Amino acid sequence: MIKRLITGKQLMITVFTGILLVFFSVFSVVSQEKANQLSEESLKCLECHGGAHYTLSDTASGDEVKLSMYRELRVDPLQLAGSTHGMFKCTDCHSSDYETTPHPVSVKFESKYACIDCHGGDEAYASFKFETIEEEYGKSVHAELLGDDFSCWSCHNPHYYKLSKDIPIVDRVAVDNEMCLQCHGNEIKFSDLTERELPILIDKHDWLPNQTLHFKKVRCIDCHAQQNDSIMVAHLIKPSSQAINDCVKCHSTNSILVSSLYKHEVAQQRNEAGFYNGIIMNQAYLISANRNYFLNIASIVVFGLTLLAIAVHAYFRTRKSTSNASK
Amino acid sequence: MQANKVYLYPVWVRLWHLSNALLCLLLIFTGVSMQYASAESPFIRFDIAVSIHNLCGILLTVSYLAFIIGNLTTGNGKYYRQRIKGYFKEIMQQARYYSYGMFVGEPAPFKINEERKFNPIQKLTYILIMYVALPFIFITGWALLFPEFIVTRLFQFGGITLTSLLHAMLGFLVSLFLIIHVYFCTIGHTVGSNFKSMINGYHETHN
Ligand code: HEM
Repeated sequence: MIKRLITGKQLMITVFTGILLVFFSVFSVVSQEKANQLSEESLKCLECHGGAHYTLSDTASGDEVKLSMYRELRVDPLQLAGSTHGMFKCTDCHSSDYETTPHPVSVKFESKYACIDCHGGDEAYASFKFETIEEEYGKSVHAELLGDDFSCWSCHNPHYYKLSKDIPIVDRVAVDNEMCLQCHGNEIKFSDLTERELPILIDKHDWLPNQTLHFKKVRCIDCHAQQNDSIMVAHLIKPSSQAINDCVKCHSTNSILVSSLYKHEVAQQRNEAGFYNGIIMNQAYLISANRNYFLNIASIVVFGLTLLAIAVHAYFRTRKSTSNASK
Repeated sequence: MQANKVYLYPVWVRLWHLSNALLCLLLIFTGVSMQYASAESPFIRFDIAVSIHNLCGILLTVSYLAFIIGNLTTGNGKYYRQRIKGYFKEIMQQARYYSYGMFVGEPAPFKINEERKFNPIQKLTYILIMYVALPFIFITGWALLFPEFIVTRLFQFGGITLTSLLHAMLGFLVSLFLIIHVYFCTIGHTVGSNFKSMINGYHETHN
């Protein structure tokens, strides 16, 4: 007698598990980070500034002491290497007096550059429109309320800054929102800038359904900043009273997200195969913004045909009953 | 022609059906409104539509569970059971009646009585809607209420996108069913008699 190797039940279980596995496998795209080669000189600075501790030695006595490096003065070498400006050496932006260790007091008087100081009027970076960004920022709540206490660097860490178009959208949202949360989610940092009490963001947004999902999929600035078509990322952040809280601004075929969060993608590729906002659809599902033109037509046709069939059927029925009545 | 009356729709079925029909209608209106939302012409304001849709979806699930429990514990469940053997032939017989026989005055091929509440086609659509379409619409709908539990990616598609697509397609199917269902309900002893049955519980038959 041939012994059956596998029973029907086992086979079913195997097939079922197989199907489940295929269904639930989560495919993640691993982004390839391009790292810069840090300059020799930067590496020298990072010996102390690259970690939590540094060693100071007394050249006369030869004594060594291990000290902690304050958080604000630390730079993560890996993130620096991966950043847009990672190939610069530290003294390209910082005072050359830093080359002396321990650093002299004169370094405290170094002038700090803002974006516009390097990029203003720069032909190579004309497409970024730094002048417009500067202007827009000047009108933002941050500039108006905080003046000199706030600058480009309050949001953009100059050592880690990276062009958002090189980052996948989900990560871009996380990175961008993290910028806001540095202060808006941190009582201490918030209180460094203002006397106001830190608003509880969860409560402030309790009108918004599926908060977690919204916060993961869209950026604060998509609702809180005024869009400007000529720049890639809006910089005119408005008082919270003027933020968008009308659902259909995003949830409709002419979703504002197309001209904000998804601007890079939209500029790169055109919508395909009749999908409204097909680009958003690859990343997220946005009620009403993701529609398919052909499916719309197909559903109207199916409904139409059904109604037509009913009408024809009803016609024959009434004809029968009137002919019965006349009999 | 004298109408015979059979008591086929107990009170609980009528109550369930009423809540089911009203909730489905609300769900369809709010669903369509969300699907075609626009800033210029909101049919129902988006946030209101979302709230009504969520609430009705939850209530419909409760009402559906009542239906399942009712069908398990009372005799009503037996009308939804069907032997496969010979069923196709019965369906064809009924289809022939709907598309030809009834126009030439043939009698309905299947008599409605305590043993047989639904004709074969009615039964098929009810089974498909109640035991296939609605469970899937509930699963996808509840998943969308708690989207954090949905797998993020399935091949190159977003999990939420697929779930929503399935949910919307099923909603479309239920809407289609509703139209056909209401039309077929007008095929009775008189045009209104099936609707009356769903109010007083008594089915009127032709003989
Ligand atoms: C305006 C909406 C509706 C109207 C006017 C309506 C009308 C009726 C009528 C007159 C009957 C009794 C005739 C028969 O048993 O076939 C019935 C039964 C039934 N309807 Fe509806 N209906 C509506 C919506 C729905 C919806 C949305 C569903 C399901 C999603 C549904 C599912 C059923 C089922 C399963 C039965 C048989 C119930 C039983 O006796 O066990 N109906 N409907």
